[in-house]
Amino acid sequence: MTSAVDIARDVRAGARSARDVVETHLSAVAGREAELHAFNLVLADEARAGADEIDRRVAAGEDPGPLAGVPVALKDNLCTRGIPTTCSSRILEGWRPPYDATVVARVRAAGAVVVGKTNMDEFAMGSSTENSAFGPTRNPHDPSRVPGGSSGGSAAAVAAGFASLALGSDTGGSIRQPAALCGVVGVKPTYGLVSRYGLVAFASSLDQVGPFAGSVADAALLLDVIAGHDPADSTSVPRPAPSCSAVLGDGVEGLRIGVVRELLEGIDPEVAARVSAAAAALDAAGAKVEEVGVPATTLALSAYYVLATAEASSNLARYDGARYGLRVAGDDVTAMYGATRAAGFGAEVKRRIMLGTYALSAGYYDAYYGQAQRARTLIIRAFDVAYASYDLLLAPVTPTTAFPLGAKTADPLTMYLSDVCTIPSNLAGHPAISVPYGLGAGGLPIGVQILAPALAETTMFRAAAALERSLA
Amino acid sequence: MPLISRDDVARVARLARLDVTEEEIDRFADQLAAVLEHAADLATLDTAGVPPTAHPFPLVNVLRDDVAGPSLDRDEVLAMAPAAEDGRFRVPRILGEAP
Repeated sequence: MTSAVDIARDVRAGARSARDVVETHLSAVAGREAELHAFNLVLADEARAGADEIDRRVAAGEDPGPLAGVPVALKDNLCTRGIPTTCSSRILEGWRPPYDATVVARVRAAGAVVVGKTNMDEFAMGSSTENSAFGPTRNPHDPSRVPGGSSGGSAAAVAAGFASLALGSDTGGSIRQPAALCGVVGVKPTYGLVSRYGLVAFASSLDQVGPFAGSVADAALLLDVIAGHDPADSTSVPRPAPSCSAVLGDGVEGLRIGVVRELLEGIDPEVAARVSAAAAALDAAGAKVEEVGVPATTLALSAYYVLATAEASSNLARYDGARYGLRVAGDDVTAMYGATRAAGFGAEVKRRIMLGTYALSAGYYDAYYGQAQRARTLIIRAFDVAYASYDLLLAPVTPTTAFPLGAKTADPLTMYLSDVCTIPSNLAGHPAISVPYGLGAGGLPIGVQILAPALAETTMFRAAAALERSLA
Repeated sequence: MPLISRDDVARVARLARLDVTEEEIDRFADQLAAVLEHAADLATLDTAGVPPTAHPFPLVNVLRDDVAGPSLDRDEVLAMAPAAEDGRFRVPRILGEAP
C-alpha cells in the first residue's frame, strides 16, 4: 500500500492522479467492506468528485496542499456539514450537521479526499466497536476478532487499505488501542493541541482527536495538518504547533526513556516481550532505557470510569428529542425525554449515563467524583516526577492482542480493563503514540506505546520513528 | 460490594431522564455495583490536602473580541429538528395547560 507521504508528493507533482489513488482505495473497499464493516457511510461519489477537483487544480498549476489526493476516513463522531454523522447511535440516525468539525475543514483544505465515515462504539463508549448500533467492525487481520475500539472502524479502514489515513478520537485509548490491535500507527496528541470543535463530546476534559496511519511518517503528516490553535475551541492551546514531520530522522541519541513497571503488571507475556524488545531497540539506537515506577497509574482505571461517565452523563443530556435526532412522542416534555433516550441509546451508553449520574448525585458526589478528581491530581504528579528524570516513557498499549468478538461483551468491567495502559495519558492530558512492533500468536499485531509529557510530540515522534526503523 | 438497591437505580434513571424497564433495573443494579466495587480503591485513598483536577491544563477565562461573526443557518438547523414551526423548535407542552 502506498504511503500518504508518497501519494501527496506524487499528486502534487502531477506524477499520479488523485482519481487513480481514490479508485485504488475504493476497489479495496468493494473487495472487503461487506466482510469488515469499517464504514457507516462510504462517500464514493463525493470522493471521486473531490479527487477530480484535486487533479483539475494540479493541472491548473495550483498546489492542493500537503495531503493532496490522500484518501482519508473520518470517525463518525466528527461533524461533516450535510453528511450524516451518527456516532453509531440510533439517537442521531439520519442527522446531518449544519457545520464541519475544524479537523474536517483542515484536512479538506490540505487537499485530502474524504472517503467515508467510520464505524465506532456508540458515542465512543467501548473498546471493541461491538457497541455500534449498526453492527460490529471486524479485524482485517482475523475477521473473527475485534478491531479494538472505540475508533475500530478508522483503524480497520487504514489496516485494510480502504483509506491511507484516518481520524479518530481518544478519550481513554480509543485511538491507540484499536491501532495496536489492527497493526497501524495511532496517536493521541496533547490535550488542546488539536481542536475539538465539531467532535461530538463524550468526556470533554479527556477527549482528543488524532491520526491513524500506516507509518510514523504518515501519522506525523496528518498531525501536522490538524494541530494548532482554533478560536472555536476554548481549550485549544494558544500557540503554534511544532512540525513532527521535520524531526523524524533526528534519532534518540541521549534520550532518557523509562519503561513503566506498573503498566507491565498483568500483561500477556507475548505483549510484554515486545515492549522489552522495543526497549532494547531504543537502547541500541542510543537512548538510555531503564525501568521506572509510576505508582499512581494504578489508580487511573477507577478514576477514569468515574470521571468519564460523570462528564458523559452531562454531555449526553443534550439528546432529548427537542432539537435534533430521534424523538419519541410523549404527553409532556419529560415523558418525551425519557422515551426518546430509552429508545435511542444502546445498553453501554445507558450504563455509563447511569454510572455518571450516580457518581454526581447528592450523597455520592464527594466519595466518587471528588475522590476521582483528586486521584487525577496524584496521577499527574506521578508523571511529573517521572518526567523529571526521563524524556519519554515506554509501555504496552493493550494487555492482549485482538480478542474474539463476543469475548468480553457479557461483563462490562472486563471490557474496561482493555484500556488500563492507555487511560493514564488521557487523565494527565499527555500525548502518546501506539507503534506496531511485531506479531503475536496467530499473526496478530502487537503495539508498543511511547508516552511523552505535554506538548512533547516532537520528542515522541523521534522515538517512534527510531522504533519503526529498528524493525526494518 | 457496594449495595445499590432497585430504588437507587430507579432514582438515578429519573435524574438522567431515562426510562428503564424492570429487567434493566435489575441488570444495572448488579453492573453498577461491580464497577463501583472496582472504584473502591478511590474511597480508601488518602487525599488529604490534594486539590481536585477538573481539567488537565489551567486555561481560564478564554475570551474573544465582542464582534458579531457568522452563525449557524437557522433554516439548516431547523431542517434537522424533529418538529419545527414558525422558525422555532416545536415541543410537547412543558407546563399544565388551562382547561
